[in-house]
Amino acid sequence: MTMATESAAFDGGPPAPAGSYLTAGRGIASWLLTRDHKRIALLYMVTLTLFFVIGGVSAALVRLELVTPQGDLLSADGYNQAFTLHGIVMVWFFLVPLIPVSLGNFLLPLMIGAKDLAFPRLNLFSWYLNAGAGLLVIYALVAGGIDTGWTFYTPFSTVYSNSHVFLAAVAVFVAGFSTIATALNFVVTIHLLRAPGLTWFRLPLFVWALYATSLMMLLATPVLAMVLVLIALERVAGIPIFDPAQGGDPLLFQHLFWFYSHPAVYIMILPAMGVVTELLTCFARRRVFGYRFMVYALLGIAAVGFLVWGHHMFTSGQAAYASVIFSMLSFLVAVPSAIKVFNWTATFYRGSIRFTSGMLYGLGFVGLFTMGGLTGLFLAAIPIDIHVHDTAFIVAHFHYIMVGAVVTAFYGGLHFWWPKITGRLYPEGWARFAAILMFFGFNLTFFPQFILGYLGMPRRYHSYPAEFQVWQVLSSGGSAVLALAYLLPMAYLAWSLVWGRRAGANPWGAAGLEWRAASPPPEHNFTDEPVVDGPPYDYHPQGGPT
Amino acid sequence: MSSRPDSIRPDSIRADSIRAGHFPDLPRQRLAGELGMWVFLATEILFFGGLFTGYAVYRLQYPDAVTEAARHTDVLLGSVNTFLLLTSSLLVALAVACQDRPGLRLCRLFLGGAIALGLGFLAVKAVEYHADLAEGLVPWPGSSLPPGPQRLFFAFYWAMTGVHAVHMTVGIALLGWMFRDLRARPKLMRGTARLEVAGLYWHFVDAVWIFLYPLLYLVGRAQ
Amino acid sequence: MTDLPLFPEAASAVAERTDLLFLILLAFAGAITLLVAALITLFSIRYRQGVRRDRGPLPKVLRREVELGWTLATLFLAVIIFVWAVVQDLGFLKPPDEALEIEVLAKQWMWKVRHPQGVREINSLHVPRGRDVLLHLNSRDVIHSFYLPAFRVKQDVVPGRSTALWFRAERAGRFRLFCAEYCGTSHSQMTGEVVVLEPEAYARWLAARPSDDGLAAEGRALFVGLGCAGCHLPANGVQAPALAGLPGRPVRLADGRIVQADRRYLSDAILRPRAEVVAGYRPIMPSYAEVLSEGELSALLAYLETLGGQPAGGAAGRDITGGEDR
Repeated sequence: MTMATESAAFDGGPPAPAGSYLTAGRGIASWLLTRDHKRIALLYMVTLTLFFVIGGVSAALVRLELVTPQGDLLSADGYNQAFTLHGIVMVWFFLVPLIPVSLGNFLLPLMIGAKDLAFPRLNLFSWYLNAGAGLLVIYALVAGGIDTGWTFYTPFSTVYSNSHVFLAAVAVFVAGFSTIATALNFVVTIHLLRAPGLTWFRLPLFVWALYATSLMMLLATPVLAMVLVLIALERVAGIPIFDPAQGGDPLLFQHLFWFYSHPAVYIMILPAMGVVTELLTCFARRRVFGYRFMVYALLGIAAVGFLVWGHHMFTSGQAAYASVIFSMLSFLVAVPSAIKVFNWTATFYRGSIRFTSGMLYGLGFVGLFTMGGLTGLFLAAIPIDIHVHDTAFIVAHFHYIMVGAVVTAFYGGLHFWWPKITGRLYPEGWARFAAILMFFGFNLTFFPQFILGYLGMPRRYHSYPAEFQVWQVLSSGGSAVLALAYLLPMAYLAWSLVWGRRAGANPWGAAGLEWRAASPPPEHNFTDEPVVDGPPYDYHPQGGPT
Repeated sequence: MSSRPDSIRPDSIRADSIRAGHFPDLPRQRLAGELGMWVFLATEILFFGGLFTGYAVYRLQYPDAVTEAARHTDVLLGSVNTFLLLTSSLLVALAVACQDRPGLRLCRLFLGGAIALGLGFLAVKAVEYHADLAEGLVPWPGSSLPPGPQRLFFAFYWAMTGVHAVHMTVGIALLGWMFRDLRARPKLMRGTARLEVAGLYWHFVDAVWIFLYPLLYLVGRAQ
Repeated sequence: MTDLPLFPEAASAVAERTDLLFLILLAFAGAITLLVAALITLFSIRYRQGVRRDRGPLPKVLRREVELGWTLATLFLAVIIFVWAVVQDLGFLKPPDEALEIEVLAKQWMWKVRHPQGVREINSLHVPRGRDVLLHLNSRDVIHSFYLPAFRVKQDVVPGRSTALWFRAERAGRFRLFCAEYCGTSHSQMTGEVVVLEPEAYARWLAARPSDDGLAAEGRALFVGLGCAGCHLPANGVQAPALAGLPGRPVRLADGRIVQADRRYLSDAILRPRAEVVAGYRPIMPSYAEVLSEGELSALLAYLETLGGQPAGGAAGRDITGGEDR
């Protein structure tokens, strides 16, 4: 019975295997020159944590400033730089790479039974690109900051801003290159390095999600790269591609920018969906409901995601009929999104549900994604969007998706695979507490912003009319709770590295190839080459096909 | 095509010595290299796609100014460069085709020719840039062009040819690297898809020019 | 204002329709959220670990029908909401006929309003209640966005193109005006108010404001702000002709012609400065065609008119009028 094996796994657990990837080489050089995807994933986790802290501190400054209606804590320029830094660091150096480069990098080869990614050196190189680009941004911050907002709208960014736009553009360009390299590596790996018997429709949904994400990264990021090149050229060489003084069109910039930046949202959310599917199926002991539909929904979101960028421009003066088409396509995104939510819900039916911390994070994700997704419908409706565009409503909406859902899923995945990554178990009670705190802290921070936005509170305001203050204070208070919920796991996970109980190869009784490897895995992942002979999520006690 | 795994004669190479350990077999490794480059080229198309989109938008918005401005580009030098680049692509294709012949001399000869033509392209481009600067055919302050869309055309001229020239430089470096390895590591070159992958990149850079040439040099020459 | 505002005041016809759409979507979204929450709670309790339940596989037919069912239901609902939202939106596509047309110029960081009778105001907009108002929006520098929350309308103001926004205020009162598109340091100061007056009160207000007051003053501000003064003030060197007393006088050009410095000449000299260069000066003045709006050009010309008196002589402002040179 599953029950028996589970409890056995929970109680005991063998000692750590002798030769794990963590002990395969010693010294700092063995890490900085490693080609092992697992070690590179850990390198990424270090830099991601750094960027998370920088982005978080700048967010805290913004929230503190907004406690009072007057602009009193920061100067206007200081405030503008704080939210710009927050946006640039969080979008390009934290959320876009977050799950693919950390969990994805670590788990993709393990989940498909491969020894490594197809191009291990390229993998290491992309970490250096990412870290180097991050250093550039930090340098720009120290050298005086950037004040354009993360969206770099022209002609403000090209002609009027007196801040380090060039440095920021170069940094994001390089980070984009790193993203492309990782995505290319994932695509080739998934195509060519699957274990014998692991057909496309036997892949775990996390792998499918990484595949769909990689395709989006490959097709969207280059357009952003070109936009950044053009901005940099205009700043440095005076090449006036978007300059209205020469007849250039600022809306052309917005079209090109959102052609990347809308898919970027799906680049963030698709891997999170993949992670959550692994969590929910494992702790509901149930095969995912409608596996093929889940795959098609992922690919559907990836495809339609490329066709909806114009909904960021309903108030920009773009042609009215273009807006209508973009509105319709945006409504269509609801269909694959709804398939995902309903299928996760239906996966619970006839399950055997355990409320572990991983499950709680997964549930938190479903809740936040549902609310974020449904508010997306409001924004797809042109009349409502015209009212709430560029207000706190938009801020709340995309934070529900990009931060609430994605970061919750990341924490869930981190808890789920922590025993695999480190070979240790963490204190489960603390983990459950943090998961619940995160959900409520997030809602307390961002739900008031929906109300603020519909009331008409514009975003990126250093000072604001006094009637909005109550909601702003609530939001700032919530952000303190949220910060605590984000920091708490870092504390007990660090604690577990030394004092945590040792985990066996498969502490959760999970299906999936990665659990066949030791915890932590040896340098080349598997001692025996795995062979796959059945569908994923083989959780049903009866075993038969569902 | 040389991507056929069976074109590698087992007696000429020892598969294991060049196979990376995480690939199950050599054909799969070859395929990975080729697929990787194709995927990368797809991103490159999107990269240049941003520029082409911008060009198309302004061309539709200011048709007269664009044709007027395009008459200022040097069609002779542009055509010479088109010829140089197309020929170099042919040489790269020939080099890849004779990669499996017993001696690699011919292969190196073709590749060396392609590199020389690539350098020739850059030299011609430099001459052309020099003349453009002298004539003030620039979009930035100090231009001899009237303010407005004509300068936008030259903004695209400089951005497009500049980004293309950067790609040319990378391509020449890549071909140079292969040129060296054909002598230094012939087994590696024959056993893997490296030369073909480098060639793919070169053909792509060539293909981009095939689009740039009419957009920048031939527009407005019809009348 | 109450202490805890939940819903914004609505002062236009658009606002009421937008709110209706919003509330219905809210009910819909709330229902879906509750449904998902209820199902998850129900399953979580019923199928929690350790409870004896039927956990067998589902029949294939059921799975397919359920899946198709909610896919199609979502699609159906999405299309309905889309159509409804678009129908409402399309109703506002065409600007109303016979609207009161007002020019709005956005610049870092203020809103400058010009009424058809020439009345001007800054960071406030007076409109009559119950009449269609059509705003023509232009930006002098970066992108701004004209946002009236109480009217549920917003329109970006994009440099290099003119955009339009229309509304009909249904309630008298004072309502907030925000810049909604981030535009630099003092973005959050780029605010103002819309004052909706009863039609008679509006007429009185218009009449009380002297028209074109400050047109020349605005021109003077532009003269300084755009850097004209840097070259054209006699104190600032000899690169450019002095302008005092210029309007109406003859000017000798570099090609030998003599033209009258009338309105046509002066505006051409500002918009296409290299076409008719004054004799003795290099053609170094940049064009202001892309910088100035029609209204600003008028303001500059009005300012030049006020610079009466004799053309200044002396070191800095060499005389450029044709008469004396002969």
